[in-house]
Parts: sequence; structure tokens; C-alpha cells
Amino acid sequence: MESKFKTPFGQFAYTVFAWIIGLAIFFPILWMVLTSFKSELDAVNMPPLFLDFNWTLENYTGILEQSNYFKFAMNSVILSFGSTFIGLIFAVTCAWAMAFNPTKRTKDTLLWMLSTKMMPPVGVLVPIYLVFRDWGLLDNRFGLIMVLFLMNLPIMVWMLYTYFKEIPKDILEAARMDGATLPKEIIFVLLPMAIPGIASTMLLNVILAWNEAFWTLNLTTSDAAPLTAFIASYSSPEGLFWAKLSAASTLAVAPILIVGWFSQKQLVRGLTFGAVK
Amino acid sequence: MGAIRLENVKKTFGNIDVIPGVNLEINDGEFVVFVGPSGCGKSTLLRLIAGLEDVTDGKIMINGVDMANESPAKRGLSMVFQSYALYPHMTVYNNIAFGLKMAGETKAVIDEKVRNAAKILNLTDYLERRPGALSGGQRQRVAIGRAIVRNPAAFLFDEPLSNLDAALRVNMRLEITGLHQELKTTMIYVTHDQVEAMTMADKIVVLQAGRVEQVGKPMDLYAKPANKFVAGFIGSPKMNFIEGDYARARDCACVGVRPEHLLLSTEQGDIAATVKIAEHLGAETYLHVNADNIGPMTVRATGEVPLSGNDRIWLTPDPERIHRFDKNDKAISN
Ligand SMILES: Nc1ncnc2c1ncn2[C@@H]1O[C@H](COP(=O)(O)OP(=O)(O)OP(=O)(O)O)[C@@H](O)[C@H]1O
Ligand SMILES: [Mg+2]
Repeated sequence: MESKFKTPFGQFAYTVFAWIIGLAIFFPILWMVLTSFKSELDAVNMPPLFLDFNWTLENYTGILEQSNYFKFAMNSVILSFGSTFIGLIFAVTCAWAMAFNPTKRTKDTLLWMLSTKMMPPVGVLVPIYLVFRDWGLLDNRFGLIMVLFLMNLPIMVWMLYTYFKEIPKDILEAARMDGATLPKEIIFVLLPMAIPGIASTMLLNVILAWNEAFWTLNLTTSDAAPLTAFIASYSSPEGLFWAKLSAASTLAVAPILIVGWFSQKQLVRGLTFGAVK
Repeated sequence: MGAIRLENVKKTFGNIDVIPGVNLEINDGEFVVFVGPSGCGKSTLLRLIAGLEDVTDGKIMINGVDMANESPAKRGLSMVFQSYALYPHMTVYNNIAFGLKMAGETKAVIDEKVRNAAKILNLTDYLERRPGALSGGQRQRVAIGRAIVRNPAAFLFDEPLSNLDAALRVNMRLEITGLHQELKTTMIYVTHDQVEAMTMADKIVVLQAGRVEQVGKPMDLYAKPANKFVAGFIGSPKMNFIEGDYARARDCACVGVRPEHLLLSTEQGDIAATVKIAEHLGAETYLHVNADNIGPMTVRATGEVPLSGNDRIWLTPDPERIHRFDKNDKAISN
């Protein structure tokens, strides 16, 4: 890759700057992981202990005994992948229509969809809570999948719309001339060409849904509760157990970090694949 | 079989009348070329026939059945796009096979047809490549291959050669003409290159502002243009138009003479002129002259003509081949 910085010093400064930013972003996560291996006493020690403390696994064994981690994790998987999957079905068709058959109002519709994201969710908490209560959807995975899917739909449509815009309409028309019906045109021609875009849209939405805390905490109690609720259960009610809380958080983010890591590789492959046009 | 008839086909985009109403008869097996200036609605008309655009009004009869409201798939036509529009994620083989797969052909039939098309188009060595790894001419061949395997009622071409360089264009032109002679399938071909139009067409349709100006065999359009627009559009260099006294003396508003129908002399003739620029092409010479009392004219002389700027010359139009137009630009028959 070519650097914009011509002088050796410029390159050095750039490297240092990048490392500082990278470490600043990574530090909280590192600290969380370190704390999860400390005893509760070491965790609140002043000055903070960096590496020279008694490494222990007692937090992990403790919380795995105390609560059913796998049930929470399973719920997280179901909620994030379920909402992303349903979202994709709607977003792909929606973005197809907007990108390839735009009308005068397409831009307005897109803006309007995005504007729903500008409203704080707490503004609709009460009505949604009441609807969920009356329909028996509280603490129900299906209900939560619907909420998460609708929350993220505008972003999915926007992302796919911008990716689809890059695809020449001619190619879809060629498929139509070749006798492809609309579903086949989308499945065999549009989607394979949009793999990088779809992969990154999926990844982002799985992460957003995985980390979503407002609705998951407010609409679940136990049956449908995902890992966000698992973390929350270690925060306030039992006082400040920093080490336990850190261990719970580490367990909660570990799966998504791993998924992210692998999808990233997929993503890079998808991107180079798309470049060979 | 591929006879196509357009009956009063109209198309409006918003409130712009792009095609105000076209009637056209295309016979089975004919090679029809749509020509016209940029933006005159050639592509739109082709896309209406293809079904990629919905008609505002009118009928599109394909083999006697009105297909104006059917999907492209049902019309049984193939199209070759200017941009090739190959599927970038599929190999050449799968690009060509896609239409057959959509039609539900068996693997064996698909394989036979694809290999056959590849042989005709010299693509056999490239079947496993992706379009990204092909040259422009090869991509064009794949696009044609994709169109021919489906054995369509008619082929639609939208300026298929305009992305190729000049030498390759001549080659592909001959290949497409050869293909037509071999397959004898109806072809509708859009171009703004009149050499392509003149050399390939059985029938040329000249369009202007969404209207059909004239339909006819290439040589008929050349010899008997119906109006001034067609006269100026067909033929290169462009026909000379002479107005004023010269036209009045011949009972018309305007006289048209093609540059190749002017007899050139350095001694005498009807029209005296001064050479401005002489373009020597070897086999012929184009003289851009300024005629006295008339203005700029173009003369096409065969062979090398030893003339250059500021030389005085005389021009005599071939009386058999002058065209006369009335004040509405309509041709007056001689
Ligand atoms: N989707 C559209 N919406 C609005 N106007 C359109 C649309 N498609 C085409 N037009 C207009 O219709 C007219 C005819 O366009 P068309 O593409 O058929 O011209 P063309 O003869 O193929 O020109 P060219 O030789 O440049 O390809 C143009 O004025 C164009 O601006
Ligand atoms: Mg065009």
C-alpha cells in the first residue's frame, strides 16, 4: 500500500498516532479482561494493579455456577441472528426496489426511515411495553426478535441500498432477458454480486443486536434474556463486584469477538472477489 | 420465427413524450437497424420491444400476439447490451448457460448448446474464465453467445460495438452480419454509426425525436431520402444543402447534392468555389470549399487531387442525382 506520508518522520508519526488510537480503543477491553482474572480485592486496589496480581479463575467458576451462562448465550445467538436474518429478507427486497426502481419519493422515504433512528427508544418504551404485555410477548424471543429487527431495519436498508446502487442495472436486465423471474434475478445475480455488502451488513447487524441493551433489558426477565441481561445481573443488586462483572462481560463479548474475527476474514475475501469485475 | 409489429407504440417519461407514436413492421428474418441522433429514442424503442420498459400505449405484436404487457421472459427475445452486462461472478460457461438454466433445460442439452455457441464464437478456450479476465472483443462475443444459445425469436442489439476500437468494430460487424446470414433470425440493431447501418441492414429505420422519419432499404434511403433530415443523416460526408437563388431556379426551397455527386473541374462548371481545406485520404479526397454566393460545401473526389487551400475550382452537380426539398423539408420527386 502506498503511504501518503513521503518523509520517514511523517511515516513514523503516523505509525505512533495509529498505535495510540488503537491502544486507546482497545484499553478498556484489555482492562476488563485483566480484571476478570483478579480477586475482588485486587480489582479495587489503589494504585491499580496491571499484571502483578494473583491470577485466578474463581470469578469464572463462580458465575458459571451461579447462573446459566449458556441459556443467556443461546438467547443472544437466537435474537441477533434471528433479527438479522428476518431483517435481510425485508432489507434486500426493499433496497432492490429503491436502488433499481426509484421513484421521485425514494430519497424522502430513505430519509424518513433513517429519521426513525433519531428518536430516543425510551420515547416509545411505554406503548411498546403495553402492546407486548397485552399480546403476551413480554420475555418472549419472537417478540424481541421483531423489535430488534425493526430497530435495525433502517440501517440495513441504507447499507444495502448504497451497495446495490453500485451494481449496473444492465446486468439485472440481462438476467431478466435471459428469462429469470424476479426471485431468481435476486438470488442468482444480485446477491452474489453484492456478497461483500451483504456480509458487512449482516456482521454489523449481528453486532448491533448482540449488544443491544435497552430493549433486551426492558422487555425480558429470564426466558428470553440474552447476555446483556446476564451482565446486568452482576452490576447493581449485589454491590460492586468488579471482578465478577468483568468476567461476565468478558464471557458476553467473547462470542461476538470471535464471530467478528472470522467474518472479517470472510469480508476481505468477499471484497477481493467483488473487485474482479 | 420472429415477425414483430409495432402499432401506435407510445412512451412518456413523466410528462415528456419520448416516443409519441410509432408504427413499424419488421418481417421474420430481417436485419433492421434503428439510427438517429443521440437522444432520439432508439434505445427506448428497443427496450419497449424487449419489455424492459412498459409502453404507455400501443401494441407490440410478436408473431401475431400482443406482448405489450408481458414480461421480458415471455417474449422470447435476446438482447446484447452496449455495456455487455455479463454476470461478473460467473464463468463464461455459466454466463452463456444462464438463460438455458432459467428455461429448465437438462445439463446435457445445456452443455451441448454452450459448447456449440462457444465454437461458433471462438470462445472454447475461455469457457472457465470470468468476464473480468477477457478483452473487450471477447466479452462482446460472450454477450452474443448468451443471446444465441436461447434460440430467440429475435435478437436486440443496443450499440453493441461502440465500446470497441475501430479495427475490432469492423471485425465484429462482419461477424454479426455472418451470424445473421447463418441463423436467419430477426435482428434489431441500434446504432448511431451510419456505416454500420448502411452495411448491415436489410431495412433502416431513421428516427428523430421519437418519430420514424423514414423506413427503407439502405440504398433507397441513400437514393431517395423522404426529407431533408434523412438526406442529411444518411451518407458521409453529409449532403450539401443549397438554398436561395440556386434553389429557386429549380422550383424548390432547397437543393441537396451529395459530396460524391459533384463533378470537379479547375476550368469551368456551374458553381465557382475556393478551396478552404483539402483532406487527402489516399483513395479519396474531401475538399471543404467556400462556394461563391452559396457558402460552405463539401466535395468528395476519388483518388488524389492535387489541390490545396485557396485554389479556385468549379463544381457541377450531377443533374440525375440532385434532391429537391419544399419549404416543409419534404422531398419533391423529380
Ligand atoms: N428513465 C428515463 N427517464 C426519463 N427520461 C428518459 C429515461 N430514459 C430515457 N429518457 C429520455 O428519453 C430520450 C430518449 O432516450 P434514449 O436513451 O432512447 O436515446 P437514444 O436514441 O438511445 O440515444 P443515444 O444514441 O445517446 O443512446 C432522451 O431524451 C432521454 O433523456
Ligand atoms: Mg441509446
